[in-house]
Amino acid sequence: MSVQNTPSPTDGGSPYAATKKAYPRFLNAGAFRRLKWLALIVSLGFYWIGPWLRWDRGPGAPGQAILVDLPGRRAYCFGIEIWPQEVYYLTGILIIAALLLFFISALLGRVWCGFACWQTVFTDLFVWIERLFEGERAQRILLDKAPWSANKLWRKAGKQICWILISILAGFGFIGFFDDVHLLLRDLLTGEAGVSAYAAMAVIGGCCYLLAGFAREDVCIYMCPYSRFQSAMFDEHSMIVSYESWRGEPRGPVRGAGRGRPAEQLFAERGHCIDCRMCVQVCPTGIDIRDGSQLACIGCALCVDACNSMMDRVGLPRGLVSYDSSFNQQARAAGDMSSSSPMARPRVYIYLAIIGLVAILMAYSLMTRKTFDVNILHERAPMYVEVSGGRVRNGYTFKILNMVRGPGHFRLTVEGLNKATMSVIGVDGDQMETVDLPVDGDSVGTFRMFVTAPNASLSGKKADLTFALTNLDTGKVVRRDNLFAGPER
Amino acid sequence: MATKAEKDSVSGQFTTGHEWDGIKELNTPLPRWWVWIFFITIAWAVVYCILYPSWPGINGYWAGTKGYHSRTEVAQELEQAKAAKAVYLSKLKDASLDDIVKDKDLLNFALAGGRSVFNENCAACHGFGGVGAYGFPNLADDVWLWGGSLDDVRTTISFGIRNSNPNSRQSEMPAYGGGDVLNDAQLNDLAEYVLSLSKSSKDAVAAARGQAIFANNGCTTCHGEAGEGNQAVGAPALSAGVWLYKEKDQKAAIISQVKAPKQGVMPSWADRGLDDATIKELTVYVHSLGGGK
Repeated sequence: MSVQNTPSPTDGGSPYAATKKAYPRFLNAGAFRRLKWLALIVSLGFYWIGPWLRWDRGPGAPGQAILVDLPGRRAYCFGIEIWPQEVYYLTGILIIAALLLFFISALLGRVWCGFACWQTVFTDLFVWIERLFEGERAQRILLDKAPWSANKLWRKAGKQICWILISILAGFGFIGFFDDVHLLLRDLLTGEAGVSAYAAMAVIGGCCYLLAGFAREDVCIYMCPYSRFQSAMFDEHSMIVSYESWRGEPRGPVRGAGRGRPAEQLFAERGHCIDCRMCVQVCPTGIDIRDGSQLACIGCALCVDACNSMMDRVGLPRGLVSYDSSFNQQARAAGDMSSSSPMARPRVYIYLAIIGLVAILMAYSLMTRKTFDVNILHERAPMYVEVSGGRVRNGYTFKILNMVRGPGHFRLTVEGLNKATMSVIGVDGDQMETVDLPVDGDSVGTFRMFVTAPNASLSGKKADLTFALTNLDTGKVVRRDNLFAGPER
Repeated sequence: MATKAEKDSVSGQFTTGHEWDGIKELNTPLPRWWVWIFFITIAWAVVYCILYPSWPGINGYWAGTKGYHSRTEVAQELEQAKAAKAVYLSKLKDASLDDIVKDKDLLNFALAGGRSVFNENCAACHGFGGVGAYGFPNLADDVWLWGGSLDDVRTTISFGIRNSNPNSRQSEMPAYGGGDVLNDAQLNDLAEYVLSLSKSSKDAVAAARGQAIFANNGCTTCHGEAGEGNQAVGAPALSAGVWLYKEKDQKAAIISQVKAPKQGVMPSWADRGLDDATIKELTVYVHSLGGGK
């Protein structure tokens, strides 16, 4: 794999290579260009419309369909509500996302990079705006070289203003997932939103502006780790953007006497590549795909579109640059025109199996999700108190997590300790065998409680006891072991 | 040895002009952006040194033109914290103890304040969490010398026990020892009886003899007919099985306390400078430790 943009010192060149700015040409034709537009609309559509989707959760609960409520310590995704204790769902989603990336890379190479990555999508949008103001590739190169003039100024300024507006929107879209977007918008406009909101917006928006406006392909080539480990993701069956050098070489322009002759004659004794450099011009990272698969290729396949349109024009078969596997390419170079499917490999099915397993586990745990939980803390200062009548008392702090919307009713009993009675601060009654504890909906009820037992119930310095908490609404029981301390004997 | 800077034929770079035994040093300047950031940090440091306290002097230090001082900052933060507390504190001043216990927010505020005041002032004798120690009552159990209601606890904290404050709680356990009133055999019988009140006597015959001594020597006046105690005079309940002077040999401890009683003392915290609101916080905290009535 040759790395064009980073020549090594052993080649005799300087270890430092000045970045050459890429001026990608825009070719509004071809299947991959349409796919890129679709990916842009879907991903940015979700990004900007997502926070505005509503979902009715009843009174007192946020009505935003997708919301990460950091101060309230809840995450909402339509009908699903996640508490901080259940952050493993996020882990599950991340595992699935990573495996999907492996899976899709093994099959189709860097389609994530080429079509769906933030960097690609925003850069695509920024370049499109740049073209609106500054014109096509050749005009942009000339404009950059030209001295400053009124014409250059308004074109550059217009572009920058549009970029900045989009960057602000990008920042706003991000923080919209973390707060009620209606209130947030009002507060942002009136200057009453929190510092963190403005700061997050500035960071995300600023990154968008710098990375999509200026850094562009350098992010993919120098900053993103993915291009560095892609070679581990690929094998010879992965579909990648590839140039059929066996068919294209020796390349050369069509000129002079060649023009007008039928294609079969003209190309009988030479390669099909007409060296029009369209594939280089449209490339968003400014590379030449004819040098072979390389680190800087993000797999966007715009060169496939470009080459196909040229092949159509000169009357040659399409696919000189195509989405294909290197295994197929080698076979074709040797004259075998059959193509093998990238599905025919065990790793593809191993990825699929793991993805399926994690998804099933997550779905199962979501469906059987606990609606309540309890944390119990034994008081340590003091560990125990001797009270009148030869009894010992221990204090506990009870936190009952009621994860449903409505109020919860819980009944607490103590098991495993002879003649143990309870009293709870704030609940009427003393020396009770069972205590009923009410907890508001979607909240944590904290209770300080005392268990008292005769000294004779303890055989040593401490005894084990079990708290059983019954949800009176569902009948489910949660049991927690704890200890009961007593005096030295 | 310095020679002339020249262009190196292999790398195309200039040399610095330094040469040692024919080995020349290539001149590889730092990147321009790095150098500029370095200069900017120097300028930054100079400006910082002028604006903020920086250089030590002989009689002091350069205080900076902005007048910044980390102590002023702390003072400001303390002021802010005070202002934040002021809302609750003013509520606390006006509220009665019963109101405080009923208002959940106010109660939490009072408990947090009470805990820190308790740990600073009271825990030295009464222990963290109010568990008490030998001779210092456990405040978390359900046995009280001077009463465990909110008002009783407040009175005890404010004025203390057996001190010079005119409102202080006063009482004295008389000494029955020295052979003047009770001899050793009688003391032994009396102690057995006192133990029997909490069902911990092992000598029923002696305890029966002790009952008469208990009744005839005025013990019932303060400690009650059945040893239930009297909180008005701070007379401990002898039937509870919770001992202020708890020892391995409890009988000996009881005899000693009858013969030559220790008279526990607690200072008046109103005299010691705790204001009314703080004493309220303390009261609520002590009351919450588990024994509050």
